[in-house]
Amino acid sequence: MASFKPTKIQIYPQLGAKVTQDTLYWKNYKAPVQVKEFGAITNIDFSPLAPHNYAVTASTRIHIYGPFSQEPVKTFTRFKDTAYSGRFRSDGQLLVAGCEDSVVRLFDVSGKVALRMFKGHTKAVHVADFTSDCYHILTCSDDYTCCLWDIPNSTELTKYKEHSDYIRCGATSKLNKDLFVTGSYDHTLKMFDARVQKSVMTMDHNHPVESVLFYPSEGLLVSAGGRYVKVWDLLKRGQPLVSLKNHHKTVTCLCLSGNGQRLLSASLDRHVKVYNTTNYKVVHSFDYTASILSLALAPEDESVVVGMTNGILSIKHRKTSEEKQGPTGQPRRQPVFRVFVKGRNCVPKQDDFLVSKSAKSHLAKYDKQLKRFNVSKALDTALESWKKNRKPEITVAVIKELDRRGTLKNALAGRDEQNLSQLVNFLIGNVVDPRFAPVLVTATEMILDIYKAVVGQSSVVDRQLVRLQELVEREIDYQQDLLEVLGMLDTLFASTLPRKEVPCPGNSQPNGLAEVDPGPQLRVA
Amino acid sequence: MVEHTGIRVVHRGGSKINFREPVITSDSRFLLCGSGESVKVYSTSTEECVHDLQGHTDLVTGVVLNPSNHLQAYSCSADGTVRLWDFTDGILIKTFIIRYHIFSIHVSEKHVGVLFVVVPMANEKGSELFQLVAVHLPRSGDPEVEVGELSAVLCDVSPNPGAVSFGTGGEYIAAAKGLQLEVFFFKKQKSYRFSLKSGMNKGINNSFTCISCHPKEDCIATGHADGKIRLWRNFNQKKEYTYSTLHWHHNAVNTLRFTPEGTNLLSGGIESVLVQWRYTQENQKDFLPRLGAAITHIAVSPDGSLFCTSHADNKITIILSSVKVSAIIQGLVKDDCVRTDLMIDPRSKALVLNGKPGHLQFYSLHRDKQLYNLDIVQQEYIHEQGVDQFQVVKAAFDTHGDWLATVEERRQKSSELEINLKLWSYDEQTQSFVLNTTVTAPHEDQITAMCFSPSPETTLLVTTSLDGHFKAWLLADHSDTEESASWSCDFVGGYHLLKPGCCCFSADGSLLAFGFQEVVTVWSPTSWELLTTLSQPPGAVRDLCFGRLSCSKYLLGTSTKNQLCCWNLLTCSLEWNTPMDVSLLQADPFSENMAAFCSQSGSTDLFVFKPSEPRPLFSKKALCTGKVERAIFAPRDQMLESSEEYSQWLNRSQLYFLTQHMDLMTFSTKTEEDRLLASSKQLMVDDSVAITPFYLLLGRHKQQQQEKQELLTNPLAERTPLPQGSIAIKELLDTPAHVLPSASFLCSMFVRSLLVSSSSARVEKEPAEEEMKSESEEVDSDGEADLFQPKQELWGSAAQDPVEESGAPVLTKAQERELRRVKKLDLSWLSSLLDC
Repeated sequence: MASFKPTKIQIYPQLGAKVTQDTLYWKNYKAPVQVKEFGAITNIDFSPLAPHNYAVTASTRIHIYGPFSQEPVKTFTRFKDTAYSGRFRSDGQLLVAGCEDSVVRLFDVSGKVALRMFKGHTKAVHVADFTSDCYHILTCSDDYTCCLWDIPNSTELTKYKEHSDYIRCGATSKLNKDLFVTGSYDHTLKMFDARVQKSVMTMDHNHPVESVLFYPSEGLLVSAGGRYVKVWDLLKRGQPLVSLKNHHKTVTCLCLSGNGQRLLSASLDRHVKVYNTTNYKVVHSFDYTASILSLALAPEDESVVVGMTNGILSIKHRKTSEEKQGPTGQPRRQPVFRVFVKGRNCVPKQDDFLVSKSAKSHLAKYDKQLKRFNVSKALDTALESWKKNRKPEITVAVIKELDRRGTLKNALAGRDEQNLSQLVNFLIGNVVDPRFAPVLVTATEMILDIYKAVVGQSSVVDRQLVRLQELVEREIDYQQDLLEVLGMLDTLFASTLPRKEVPCPGNSQPNGLAEVDPGPQLRVA
Repeated sequence: MVEHTGIRVVHRGGSKINFREPVITSDSRFLLCGSGESVKVYSTSTEECVHDLQGHTDLVTGVVLNPSNHLQAYSCSADGTVRLWDFTDGILIKTFIIRYHIFSIHVSEKHVGVLFVVVPMANEKGSELFQLVAVHLPRSGDPEVEVGELSAVLCDVSPNPGAVSFGTGGEYIAAAKGLQLEVFFFKKQKSYRFSLKSGMNKGINNSFTCISCHPKEDCIATGHADGKIRLWRNFNQKKEYTYSTLHWHHNAVNTLRFTPEGTNLLSGGIESVLVQWRYTQENQKDFLPRLGAAITHIAVSPDGSLFCTSHADNKITIILSSVKVSAIIQGLVKDDCVRTDLMIDPRSKALVLNGKPGHLQFYSLHRDKQLYNLDIVQQEYIHEQGVDQFQVVKAAFDTHGDWLATVEERRQKSSELEINLKLWSYDEQTQSFVLNTTVTAPHEDQITAMCFSPSPETTLLVTTSLDGHFKAWLLADHSDTEESASWSCDFVGGYHLLKPGCCCFSADGSLLAFGFQEVVTVWSPTSWELLTTLSQPPGAVRDLCFGRLSCSKYLLGTSTKNQLCCWNLLTCSLEWNTPMDVSLLQADPFSENMAAFCSQSGSTDLFVFKPSEPRPLFSKKALCTGKVERAIFAPRDQMLESSEEYSQWLNRSQLYFLTQHMDLMTFSTKTEEDRLLASSKQLMVDDSVAITPFYLLLGRHKQQQQEKQELLTNPLAERTPLPQGSIAIKELLDTPAHVLPSASFLCSMFVRSLLVSSSSARVEKEPAEEEMKSESEEVDSDGEADLFQPKQELWGSAAQDPVEESGAPVLTKAQERELRRVKKLDLSWLSSLLDC
């Protein structure tokens, strides 16, 4: 006597991206905190010092936020016009910022008034950064020049006039105090050495360059411009290594993860993409609500801060280990000790006689009804489960099982208005799903056959039936469109694929009956 | 043409055991059932076949116990004889020749020396009318007796044995046919007929299907085709009979049976539920559901302790009276057709084919026993007529038996075809196949062929389908994620939208051939490149087979238009062809040989040949009637060493085939039969213990031990090994514990009793060997006298051992020596044991 075999619930393949280590890592952030700034956020920079405050440059202000506060801990407002590129020095004490009015200001992080003002550029300064020895400042301006300034004297040291368009990005080397790179709208990247008066290396990006970034080793350089992100090998005289085209609008900002193994790029297309720096494949991507202008990662990737054109600053903090467990509301009621724990960790001794207790198989509610051949009730319980946890798989499996038993008609018939509307509701939700369509189409036809006599008696059901009809018509149109596209693709493929000849001996030497030489033959009497 | 007489075609196992009702013997130890041309005796406790009673020359149509001797049974057969057997020893006692085609047999305790058999009215096979006749068995000592005396009891009865029953210890006999119930009273020599109104116009079919009479009261229970059971009473008058109706079954009641005391009524039908009705309290019912297949017969042991039900899937279930299944005797399940091919499981060497609906069965050919069923569909089977169920239609093993692929399909009347491809991996721990991957709708239409690549490097499966494509499935390894390895589609191919019908890998797995209707395409499975096409225009390709070993350069194909072609793959040209209507081409996996079954004018011929040689190795005309669709070469567990040319092809493997009537046949050679005969003589069968390999091992060991013991205890004590020791122990164990003296006191006695016996046995050996010659005559003379002695000895020897009887003083000395040695031994451990 065999036991009752439960209804098989079909497992459908999970569509979409596969879960990898990267998705787990990059999804492990809390819901974003959003702060409204006064204008587009052009730059975000993290302080290298311990609480890792970050400076957000937007409109005419620079706000400094603490790691967990949503209110700025400090604000610099002494700008006559839009401020740009507020960056910390490597000791976290000083902050430099360019401005639309061509003056570069240097602030003490704790102070309010600018310590130094560097005047010399004639147009807006979009880039200002400290060199690695902390005594000089690099600035790049829309007057096609870039300058090195001495902080103590606030004097101009050198001026390079090599670019032929706005310079909108630049980066100083962290390892060498004399090296820096600038990127310009004239499509070039230039590398300068402060000890010589000319650029030492020029690379052509082919698009206006929006952002440059050194690798931690500084053997590689990443530049973003247009829709492209390009990686250059500096040790091979600026040879292009890879060109990545994963965004469909201009890439505005680049950033490296804390361990230097992932590269992040932000774009006006509202996406942030995460690349693996060994194979340059996109391993993850974030979506935001508006075009992104600036992006920064806290050390150790503790938070992701994104600034957008609509002035919204979005901050995502990494989940801590206890938060990972999920919502910690009231503790779940533990099973009673006496029942569940007793003997659970008892190890049998050597001479103990083990009595195996057969595990009682628990049947699902609908299976219990099916076992008793209560077909209508089984369908009811299956619908109930769909209402409860929105899993159409179970309901569809039960309908399929009923159809296999040949009793689906009995199960569907004899329902009142409420029951029927629930059933039609389920069909409306799932009948066009390609995974369930074969089963549900039969069920729908049966329902229409059974209840066609009473159509018009209930307004609720009638409205639902009309909705169902619209749904099916829309689906048919959609399928027709898809078939048309498929046909187009087929012709395209057929015309582009090379035609290959199959070596067929039958063409040259036919192996028909007549040509065969009288070889050894099986003799049959 | 050579016809060989040395090779015979023989039936091999797998016959029906559910054709007629089984019989349980009065001690409930054995179960007798007709199985093909023999009667099989099974042990009810171990499910093993104990005896195979052979002697009938046609289908056995009934088995009953001899009412006057409970150790004997009658069996009747379509060959027109009734045979009387002693089933405990498996001996044929008597043969009664009746010369009619017998359909069933009935006996009653009241009618000693009379058998009731159902025979056709006119002695023709095709006759539609049957009569129940009484056969008076002549008393004669001859083993074969001609029976002349037949007296008709009832005319126009149903040939179904379930439709005739004896009532109240044989006072009357009741038979049902169509819509009529006929009761014949032996005392009055009068019969009454009762008929039901036909319910055909109301859409009800209430004809009788089975009948059972209450053993104590005047009550007849009848089963009907509409699922009703009627209980007839007061039927010894023509008019005032009454009946009550019970209804639970929704399909026809196949069988009915009262228990011997008449307290319960058992019924069964297609629902495969055994229903137990309480007599007189019919609303109380017990059910035993999900017995596996439709119940065809129910039998009850004479003491009422066991029931057994036989089922449509060639199974007998033994059920305790507490309605619990205790044993299952399962034969080879043969549906009306074998959808999957015959296969050999490379691990267990079992024959594999589809069995119960939705299952694959593994059947041991050597032991003629089903090993196990593998549930493929894993769905509740609905026992109802007219429900489309999933059926296993294709199955394939890879070369090592690590993977099994199965295809199941369900065709509904209105909607589309449902196909599932399942891949099973062999689990070493559970010793069975575990589901690995399920592919729903692998193809859009029926799958026509499926095979695994034989190459050891890749696990590759190829399926071909009527949708014009073939697909290659590969075991993909997901080592980067947590998922275990699963199968996925690797390649989809086709050829000019033709429908592929068959596929075949070459022996090393480097080539793959598909038959696309009239064209054979050869592909390379590594690059999926179409290497060449071969064609032989008239007729679509039916079967493809690569040659093996020395003939691996040949590809053989059969077509529907009577062609057997052999292509040479090196030159890509036709080597030879011959006009033959080959219904099946099968390659022997252990040699170059090929077997071709050709159907010719209603019968089948067999040719066994090598592709490289023009002459067939073996041929047999008119093998059987009808087409042979399924055949398989099964490996032998022991190689034959036949040197004769015509039987050499059977040395390494054995060819089995299924005929149109689903008989499993094979070829046997003379050497094989001789060997079988020799081995069967060796076996001495103990009663009720079946000859399993385990028994053979243990039994032989036991025999040897016995012989040894006899050698030891001979000539003095016959078969009473160590009587004094055993009696002392017995006494010790039988006495209640509170009467016994303390254990420490007993211990020394106990140890001594053991010592004496062992020393005597050991010392005995030496003189026995020394004096073997001199005593041999003595033994012979003593032998007869001693026959009556052992019992006395048994009682008398508690104090004096038999060694002393022989009066050898040497022995007592040896004993003393032994005892002294024992005294010196430190036995304190024993006392400490006893103290605590």
